[in-house]
Amino acid sequence: MNSPLESAALFHVGPIPITQALITTWAIMLLLVLGSALLTRRLTTVPSKRQAALELVVTTIDTQIRETTGAEPAPYRAFIGTLFLFILAANWVSLLPGVEPPTAKLETDAALAIVVFFSIIYFGIRGAGLKGYIRSFAAPNLIMIPLNIIESITRVFSMFVRLFGNVMSGVFVIGIVASLAGLLVPIPLMALDLLTGLVQAYIFSVLAMVFIAATVEDGQSPSPTSNSQNKEP
Amino acid sequence: MDYLSLASIICAALSVSFGALGPALAEGRAVAAAMDAIARQPEAANTISRTLFVGLAMIETTAIYCLVISLLLLFANPLLA
Repeated sequence: MNSPLESAALFHVGPIPITQALITTWAIMLLLVLGSALLTRRLTTVPSKRQAALELVVTTIDTQIRETTGAEPAPYRAFIGTLFLFILAANWVSLLPGVEPPTAKLETDAALAIVVFFSIIYFGIRGAGLKGYIRSFAAPNLIMIPLNIIESITRVFSMFVRLFGNVMSGVFVIGIVASLAGLLVPIPLMALDLLTGLVQAYIFSVLAMVFIAATVEDGQSPSPTSNSQNKEP
Repeated sequence: MDYLSLASIICAALSVSFGALGPALAEGRAVAAAMDAIARQPEAANTISRTLFVGLAMIETTAIYCLVISLLLLFANPLLA
């Protein structure tokens, strides 16, 4: 049985190994970019059916951002929405036969987690200024500085392992069951996988939003009070 | 087979089995509490089930960590290399 922690290269372009996850990732990216560019080309004040469906997606993301953090969704909508749509597409791409979700590989999830790590810094500095961002490390009081610095890395790392573990375990279990039993037996597990994929995409983007909002909030308050920071185990 | 790989296999099985125990109990309690809340206030079912799903996925993460550890022991063990 192949190790789920490694990915085999299909071919090499120069020194860079090209894996199946990489091709799938680029296909999803292309699809999302081209799809949104085509769908938003002609926007009107009186929406057509297509535009109404798009607006439903955007409004849902806005509502979720507002309900989970209380922040105004406008600056975060693009990043959080893209994160959610990409992870959802990546998790559900396993519906196509022969395609493994790229989020079941270590490198995709690590890249997503690194993006979230830097976006927390970016949004923290943008929302509260450089001084405010540095002050957010001393959130409840000064004693917490080393813990907050460690937490800023571990919380992103835990997001990475969570997404990888959930998606990879789904693929792994389906592989085991398919090798033991026949053709139709893994179907309930695959249905469960769709639910897991949706929930994990939701959780990943909500957690990213919560971390960003907590950093901005801690940086803005002149006398830092202890609130809302530790939503993460 | 030397004792190191034997120990890794046994520890992988142990880590998954004990790692599944705690989250199973915790998820049971969480679902029971959510059912209770929905029975009392059916109109809040949407919010409750959304929060429940997020909470369940959080709890499940501990079991996933154990699974990752056991896979590391089986497939990427630095001591066996």
